[in-house]
Amino acid sequence: MWLYEKILEYPVRVYKTDLRMAKYLMAQYGGPDSELSAGVRYLTQRYSMPTNRAKGLLTDIGTEELAHWEIIGTMIYKLIKDATPEQLRQEDLGGYFTEHGQAIYPADASGIPWTAAYIQATGDPVTDLHEDMAAEQKARTTYEHLIRLTDDPGIKDALRFLREREVVHFQRFGEELNRVQEELIANKVF
Amino acid sequence: MDHIQMQMLRDIQKLEFTAIELTLYLDTHPDEQAPLNDYNKTAEKLDSLKMLYEKTYGPLMAYGFSSSPCPWRWIEGPWPWEITL
Repeated sequence: MWLYEKILEYPVRVYKTDLRMAKYLMAQYGGPDSELSAGVRYLTQRYSMPTNRAKGLLTDIGTEELAHWEIIGTMIYKLIKDATPEQLRQEDLGGYFTEHGQAIYPADASGIPWTAAYIQATGDPVTDLHEDMAAEQKARTTYEHLIRLTDDPGIKDALRFLREREVVHFQRFGEELNRVQEELIANKVF
Repeated sequence: MDHIQMQMLRDIQKLEFTAIELTLYLDTHPDEQAPLNDYNKTAEKLDSLKMLYEKTYGPLMAYGFSSSPCPWRWIEGPWPWEITL
């Protein structure tokens, strides 16, 4: 069961239309290292984790990623909601508008739709936790690129929050990876 | 949305963030007493603040986690992505 709470995890202070930034932010909404990939990846991998700690951690970080997906969706929604079709066309979003109007569709910054091929679940907890740590680093890098692409203080603020969460998640996954490896070695299960 | 509602939402957001951060920490450090105490204190504060908020501004959650007067207040806007303050 999941419960939706009618509140964002972090406030989104975006007041102006900025189609170029909206397009770049799609990377974190429907791209390979997006919040959507992160959420689906962790919530998929948790079933085959060997420890209760890892099951809990993947459930909780996976759930937080969905809250981050909502933050990015909210940013894009606010950045494009008042745009005219002509403005969208000028920013090379005419193709997007043709297919999705002003809906917030999970595609990347180049318009390529999200796919489960972006994620992996191998059933090997050591391999999966390594993937998760790499994913957090890739998302951190993407946020650093996005922060450099805008001067808007509201967007920067929310992106900095999301960047910091990637660092914390990386830390927690690393701690669990160490424990899982210790236990696997102790049990001599390979 | 008025400024009092906005301020209450911000206060809930802050406490929820504390709870999220402590949840993840406790997942990998389940035997540490101090963060557990912080978590329990945060949960208690969050409970009472949410109850206060919901009395005036309607449910934050559906599926039986908060009650509603008539008409059903869950569907009242603004939704989180529509808040402009």
